[in-house]
Amino acid sequence: MEAVRISNLTKYYGKIRGIDQVSLTVAQGEFFGFIGPNGAGKSTTIRTLLGLIRPTGGKAQILGLDIEKEKEKILARVGYLPSEAVFYSGMRVRDVLKFSADLRKKDCRKTADELCERLQLDTSRKVEELSFGNRKKTAIVCALQHDPELLLLDEPTSGLDPLMQKEFFEILRERNKDGTTIFLSSHILSEIQRNCTRAAIIREGRIIACGSVEELSRTNARRISIHGQAEIAALEGVRDLQASAEGLNFLYSGDMNKLLAVLARGNIRDLSISEPDLEEVFMHYYDARVERSCVPYSHGKE
Amino acid sequence: MTIIKHELRQGRLAFAVWTVSIAALMMVCVFLFPEMKREMGAIGNLFASMGRFTAAFGMDRLNFGTLIGFYAIECGNILGLGGAFFAALTAASALSKEEKDRTAEFLLTHPVSRTRVITEKLAAVTMQILAMNLIILALSLLSTGIIGEEIPWKELLLLHLAYLLMQLELAGICFGISAFLRRGSAGIGLGLAAMAYFLNLIANMAKNAGFLKYITPFGYCDAADIVGDGKLNPVMLVIGALAAGIGIAAAYIRYCRKDIQG
Repeated sequence: MEAVRISNLTKYYGKIRGIDQVSLTVAQGEFFGFIGPNGAGKSTTIRTLLGLIRPTGGKAQILGLDIEKEKEKILARVGYLPSEAVFYSGMRVRDVLKFSADLRKKDCRKTADELCERLQLDTSRKVEELSFGNRKKTAIVCALQHDPELLLLDEPTSGLDPLMQKEFFEILRERNKDGTTIFLSSHILSEIQRNCTRAAIIREGRIIACGSVEELSRTNARRISIHGQAEIAALEGVRDLQASAEGLNFLYSGDMNKLLAVLARGNIRDLSISEPDLEEVFMHYYDARVERSCVPYSHGKE
Repeated sequence: MTIIKHELRQGRLAFAVWTVSIAALMMVCVFLFPEMKREMGAIGNLFASMGRFTAAFGMDRLNFGTLIGFYAIECGNILGLGGAFFAALTAASALSKEEKDRTAEFLLTHPVSRTRVITEKLAAVTMQILAMNLIILALSLLSTGIIGEEIPWKELLLLHLAYLLMQLELAGICFGISAFLRRGSAGIGLGLAAMAYFLNLIANMAKNAGFLKYITPFGYCDAADIVGDGKLNPVMLVIGALAAGIGIAAAYIRYCRKDIQG
């Protein structure tokens, strides 16, 4: 049984696209990344899985349960961290944590205390006085205190300082080691690259790639940096070209022999050919000119 | 139960302010009665000779010189308007405030069904209205006892019952509206309550607008009718119950299917 199984999930707000035919599966125990720019449909996907919005098409199961028919059972076993947490004003942090635990009919005090200690969260503060980061910490404790089997995290690190981010991911890794499935939505690549084993990339409401993080970042494109001059206008497969007085810098995914032939005719003082970093690969997926290519995943094709 | 408790705690300040204000105003009015009674001759004639205006408040059919007549007009208007505003405000914001304050996401990602959220919120609104009316009734009775007047039990209780039912009807309708709103519930709630109140005034003033009494819940709260008939108008009550029922049903149907925006 998969922790998350989404097939052709679609959400339209009238004519406005939320997500379009999203399909993906996350195995239990996986640390899964969900990458995409703002407005791509990451939150819409997660909020549909949680039953906050109703899909206009498609199906999804969480822990083997149907998201529409068995919503409460799902919510009891899932922890959700919203991208922007808002609480009832007038309440103290500990009241919020208690209210959340009461709604789950669970005594979570022990875990909550541990988490608050690790995240250095003062539970006597009123929620409306909290900084964005401290609100986030409160939301983290709410999402984790009942020891859920699946964690749905929507942009979890925004607002957290680097030290807290480190502590937070350490907690996540511990939970993951103990069997918790983690579904991490983010637009920060390094976060996904460091923590996730598999990932899906979403753009304009559609999944455009899905696979292991290693696989996704692998590509036959190379970053070419030249000091000097060369006539590359006729070359096919040049992207992200930056020309300066010093030379040229571009991503190349065409025939290497043709590139070398062109360079040989030029006047080259220095040359470096390197693998592009994930960021560049990622930009390539975002590029609207790149056609959708999900399953079977094919990398490096232009 | 968790949500009921939470709702009551969240609403306790508004509840206290409204209850204390209405009760205090009513008690002040009751304490004014002995003096009014002494000077009644002149005032009674004045109030009875303002034509349409007199009719609007039912002063043509009630005797200002008796406790129940005075109570029905003065206290009736305070509890009628105040109670209606409180009920409408509370009910109209019950569901919509979660989206307005953006707490809906927090609440609804816990393992509670939307049906349960609606039921517990409705229960909390009802409990607040009941509690407020009981407190006000008790304080009214107390102050009537203090000024040494004999308490006209039947009329007084009927009057308070009518106001309670009126508030519950308004609450039911506003609760239904609440499920459709994302913001701006206060204006709609207050507006609706005020409109219901003025419809009754119009119905009292213009003879051919009498049918309006069947539309507004203030219709069956009319003190002159209640004191005169010694009972509440059953047809109006049934219409009111239907209206409240439709509002509540609409709340369940709408809110269970609603998309909650972030």
